[in-house]
Amino acid sequence: MLRFVATRFGIVIPTFIGVTLVAFSLIRLVPGDPIELWVGERGIDPERHAELLRQFGFDRPLWQQYLGFLGDLLQGDLGKSIVTQQPVLSEFLTLFPATIELSLAAMIFAVAVGLPAGIIAGVRRGSAFDHTVMAVSLTGYSMPIFWWGLLLIILFSGTLGWTPVSGRISVLYFFEPVTGFMLIDSLLSGEPGAFKSAVRHLILPAIVLGTIPLAVIARQTRSAMLEVLGEDYIRTAHAKGLSPLRIIGLHALRNALIPVVTIIGLQTGLLLAGAILTETIFAWPGIGNWLVNSISRRDYPSVQGGVLLVASVVITVNLMVDLAYGLINPRIRRGAGS
Amino acid sequence: MGVSGPSEDRYRTATVEKQGVEKVRNRILAAAVCVSAAVAFSAAASAKTLVYCSEGSPEGFNPSLYTSGTTFDASSRHLFNKLVEFERGSTKIVPGLAESWHASRDGLLHTFRLRRGVKFHTTRNFTPSRDFNADDVLYSFQRQHDPNHPYHKVSGGTYEYYQGMSMPSLIKDIVKIDDYTVQFVLNQQEAPFIANLAMDFASILSAEYAEKMLAAGTPEKVDLEPVGTGPYQLVQYQKDAVIRYKAHPDYWAGKASIDNLIFAITPDASVRYQKLKAGECHVMPYPNPADIAAMQADPDINVLQQEGLNVGYLAFNVERKPFDDKRVRQALNMAINKQAIIDAVFQGAGKVAKNPIPPTIWSYNEATKDYPYDPQAAKALLAEAGAANLKTNIWAMPVQRPYNPNARRMAEIIQADWAKIGVEAEIVSFEWGEYLKRSKNGEHDSVLLGWTGDNGDPDNFLYVLLGCDAAKDGTNRARWCHEPFNDLLVKAKQTSDVGERTKLYEQAQLIFKEEAPWVTVAHSVVFMPVRKEVVDYRIDPFGGHAFYGVDLK
Repeated sequence: MLRFVATRFGIVIPTFIGVTLVAFSLIRLVPGDPIELWVGERGIDPERHAELLRQFGFDRPLWQQYLGFLGDLLQGDLGKSIVTQQPVLSEFLTLFPATIELSLAAMIFAVAVGLPAGIIAGVRRGSAFDHTVMAVSLTGYSMPIFWWGLLLIILFSGTLGWTPVSGRISVLYFFEPVTGFMLIDSLLSGEPGAFKSAVRHLILPAIVLGTIPLAVIARQTRSAMLEVLGEDYIRTAHAKGLSPLRIIGLHALRNALIPVVTIIGLQTGLLLAGAILTETIFAWPGIGNWLVNSISRRDYPSVQGGVLLVASVVITVNLMVDLAYGLINPRIRRGAGS
Repeated sequence: MGVSGPSEDRYRTATVEKQGVEKVRNRILAAAVCVSAAVAFSAAASAKTLVYCSEGSPEGFNPSLYTSGTTFDASSRHLFNKLVEFERGSTKIVPGLAESWHASRDGLLHTFRLRRGVKFHTTRNFTPSRDFNADDVLYSFQRQHDPNHPYHKVSGGTYEYYQGMSMPSLIKDIVKIDDYTVQFVLNQQEAPFIANLAMDFASILSAEYAEKMLAAGTPEKVDLEPVGTGPYQLVQYQKDAVIRYKAHPDYWAGKASIDNLIFAITPDASVRYQKLKAGECHVMPYPNPADIAAMQADPDINVLQQEGLNVGYLAFNVERKPFDDKRVRQALNMAINKQAIIDAVFQGAGKVAKNPIPPTIWSYNEATKDYPYDPQAAKALLAEAGAANLKTNIWAMPVQRPYNPNARRMAEIIQADWAKIGVEAEIVSFEWGEYLKRSKNGEHDSVLLGWTGDNGDPDNFLYVLLGCDAAKDGTNRARWCHEPFNDLLVKAKQTSDVGERTKLYEQAQLIFKEEAPWVTVAHSVVFMPVRKEVVDYRIDPFGGHAFYGVDLK
């Protein structure tokens, strides 16, 4: 087991270095000078331009900038945003709880709906329900998030007036954030109605962000169920006269869940990618919205720092999933060790 | 970040409002009809709260450090005052923190008499011990002007507007005559100087607060937790989510009617519209042109409109052949059907431009005769200039700008128009920063661009975009340096007599039209949807959004 853990960590380190390189170079490959973008039509004289480049350290050769970035990184310094002059890490930490909250809510929605839908579709293979689930999940999977979000806003917020349009809580509630998680903070605030308002604001973005994972989970659960239901031991269970509920719930589902858990783990990265669009539509103050703005302003330190931090989160989650498999399934552990 | 806590009163009012909102929402649910929750805003209580769905987050709260309108809306337009100000909804200059001012005969000395009894905001970190005086003016300008000032490098120390308006070379010295008199000594005569002082970068910050923060070792707080003399003071900023202000109780021009001002940051225009419709905000900027008709039909929404202080143009690079020949430029002017562009690109939210300055600016020459749309005459003129079957390019910017909502579409229409007279044009585009840089270097034959005015002075369009100095540094995208035209602009800079300046600029516009370095395409119309309960909102010609003077029914 120790060897397995060491191997996994051995993979993480080069991945992390690779990510620093990608994060650093990708934004620099995008054409556009941050200073030209900043001054716009107004323009800037060449000396002043050169002075600003020097001030931000962008006049140095790229490899020097990269080594500087790595050096600072080792000391836990991700630099300062060239736009707001605030440390990148503190901006990220301020905004990240909003993204986590949204992603968790989306995942809970996806699992809570996707899993039962997939199970029933698998058990009642070929039924109208099965066809409906498959058709709907295919649609959900191919749905452009931006369009889907707007559609839901227009229907539920605009026409029906059931949910608020955007934001994390009604702007009329006023309290200082404590944890950064609005559901918790609204409870801590003790203001009547604040928690309800926060929940109501979370519904639509969570549905929008959870739609693609939901579709994936439903389809994966269905096919895993189908595979397991054809196994000999299920037939044996039937022959033993066990109740169908017990067979499905205890024997089939437990085995079918293994690949499903994998999929849920893999969705973390996708969720964070989806959060970028969802946050922009719903004016959700998370890191997605922030990264989009940083990219369009060519705020190099924010983009490279932000991408690195997001990647670190994804790497960590995947590492934990890997380790968990090793723990659950001895075959994976031995395979890695040999 | 929080600046100061809510008062008991304000807190109670907010709760009442919230309960009101919930009550209305329940009614909506029960009746399943869409009734605006904004009813609750107004039905609520005595304290008035206005919610503005702003388009983005400010870069910070010190307007001298930044250049974006979003930042100015959140800072200078509410938190600070300038020595002189633009009258609400106009480009007229009125007294601000200076009660009066006068210039010496040679125009090099400008003396300002400051207003007495002006109070700064009291915040969690700072309680002012004195009223506004000359020291605050000196601090606010010296910080930007003097590289050795202890605050010059704080918060990045980039004062791009101060630099961009050539203030470092223009201002020789700033002298405190006494506590309530300040004198600016200039290196040369510059008629638009007073208008420059009404711009956002010239906001006056508190010197006493700055000293205190410097002593505490936290100078950057001056820019993050601002203290000004403006009609509102900052209460809380939650990045990318919300900015809260409360009315400054001792504001020198009288306390604002709106007690609590909230900016709900909402980047997407369609979502802003939905929020406005649902009563989650009262005012929204930058609507999608496609939504305007529906907004105008909505009984709960008033759509205000005004011609923007801008111009969208196509500049010919006169350093390249055959654009050095004015007949070619005139012919290409005549070949473009501008009205078709207004209809297709602006969807009616624009007006054909004939002068390089918008009609809302003084000295706009009504007498200028625009080139008629006449492909036949254009073809003949082009042949006469020996440029028949011309092959060229049109640069189209990749972004939406206030003066041009869709440059690509505009370029396609021009391309088709020119094809009718035998001119073959290729459309070229680059990423925005690259586009600005390359067009400044003169790599184009013709380039679509535009300008939004900074200070309402004609000089800010004519000299900045078409003067000989601008041709050298490339801001003059036509690279057109025409002595008779330039002489008029220089002469106009050197007199403060508005009547005389008007004559000079009117003449300059006629020369410009005759020489045709640009095709003046359009001035856009700015639309501002506000809810019916909003009283006396005025569109700022400079594109800003300010709420002092606004009330709620």
